Amino acid sequence: MSVATMPEHQVLLRIRGLTTVLNGKKVFDSLDMDVARGKITAIMGPSGTGKTTLLKHITGQVRGDAGEVCLDGQNVPALDRKKLYTLRERIGYMFQNSALLTDFDVFENVAFPLRRHTKLPEVLIRNIVLNKLQAVGLRGAARLYPGELSGGMVRRVALARAIVFDPMLILYDEPFVGLDPIALNQVLKLIRTLNHTLGLTSVLVAHELEAVKQVADQIFLVANGKVVAAGDPQHIADDGSPWTRQFFIGEMDGPVPFHYPAGDYAQALGFSEQSA
Amino acid sequence: MSTSTGRYQIISQWLIQIGEAGLFLLRILAVIPRSLRYPREMVRQVWFVGAMSLIILMVCGLFVGMVLALQLYHVLSIFGGAAVTGTVVAISIYRELGPVVTALLFAGRAGTAITAEIGLMRTTDQLAAMELMAVDPLAYVVVPRFIAGLVAMPLLCGVFCAQGILGGHLVAVSWLGIDNGSFWSNMTATVDVWKDIMDGVVWKSLAFGLVVSLIAVFQGYTAPSTSEGVAYATTRTVVASSIAILLLDFMLTIFLM
Repeated sequence: MSVATMPEHQVLLRIRGLTTVLNGKKVFDSLDMDVARGKITAIMGPSGTGKTTLLKHITGQVRGDAGEVCLDGQNVPALDRKKLYTLRERIGYMFQNSALLTDFDVFENVAFPLRRHTKLPEVLIRNIVLNKLQAVGLRGAARLYPGELSGGMVRRVALARAIVFDPMLILYDEPFVGLDPIALNQVLKLIRTLNHTLGLTSVLVAHELEAVKQVADQIFLVANGKVVAAGDPQHIADDGSPWTRQFFIGEMDGPVPFHYPAGDYAQALGFSEQSA
Repeated sequence: MSTSTGRYQIISQWLIQIGEAGLFLLRILAVIPRSLRYPREMVRQVWFVGAMSLIILMVCGLFVGMVLALQLYHVLSIFGGAAVTGTVVAISIYRELGPVVTALLFAGRAGTAITAEIGLMRTTDQLAAMELMAVDPLAYVVVPRFIAGLVAMPLLCGVFCAQGILGGHLVAVSWLGIDNGSFWSNMTATVDVWKDIMDGVVWKSLAFGLVVSLIAVFQGYTAPSTSEGVAYATTRTVVASSIAILLLDFMLTIFLM
């Protein structure tokens, strides 16, 4: 599917012709995608389709075999280590499992990027960290350790850490997995509020269609190594393609087959020779 | 045929691991200047691998010295040489038992902890999180632990040797009745600071510290991201460290004699 071309100044992330082969499997086959500045973009798709791998291309953890991943005008795969690390200081990343540093308490987890990259006085670090923790409602939990937090709280601490540098882009990998309705609503509200108040651009990978509909401005459906559908949450399911029908209605068989590729069943059971 | 193929595979896997560990050492050396930005982390690791290993080292050192004195006293008494028990205890501990037993205990206490910690950090995406926060995990996690091992080993060995001699003194003088003056004077007359103490406590310990720390951080950093992978890596740290320590000890003894 071709991507509608947006004006250059509106695009923060532009992916063109991304082709990646991992362990002999073609994960992306000339994938194109434009992510608009200041918007919340959701990447959806069947399990194992490479959505998290796509995020890793944006952060430069994985490099494709061909194509461009241009973030704020810089082609990520072509950056050397120093430039890549400088770029990463402007990207916030929230892991599926939150990946908090278990040796540190909540305060030190959020302060970690500040301490490593700046020489700010302790008073200023304290104010910034408490400000971010207040934004996610966890200022009171500053001295707790990750092991003492609930799943929703861990997710919110990871969010506070991801925004501590006021990044231009924040990437969420499965932010809604395993959350109860209260925590889900809290995370949804935070993603929306932070994106609009801090002027961020957000890209999130998720499966929960209802949650994504509440928060995303744009959805890309990725399958078979390409973007197979793109549009706003209200209309993306209306294009009538078999991909959108199967994914958004949840049909068990379709372009994504129910059966993993295998040989002839009857032959595997030894019936074909007898019938012959 | 298949047995010999399997044997070749095991040997080639060992050689590949040694080669990869060598390349990993070069990466560590290249990153050391960058890791100097994290002095607090380095001090924290010296505390963790060094100070936290002190109790086990002191207790073991005491008992090694005690049993050594007991055995030597009975053997030397046969030849009328019980008075040199202290000397033989000291030389045995400084030259061999001190650095070797310290390194083996260090591999079991600190090496396994380092491997398991780094392996779990990888499994729980903490290393990836650091990379994404533009912090090189090699500089922030691996190098401080490696340097801490290098710094801690000779110090721990010194403590082990002191405890060993104290244990020998307890048994030989306080229990078996060897004269206190001859115990110390024979020892100080025979033990050479440069030959015995420098070679054993300093050079051997440094070499063992380097090898054990390298194996520990390498196994942790390259451990597969599964609980089984971390468990195997931790086991490999102890096995590989023990073999490397004893092999290296033999080679160093040849060179230093």
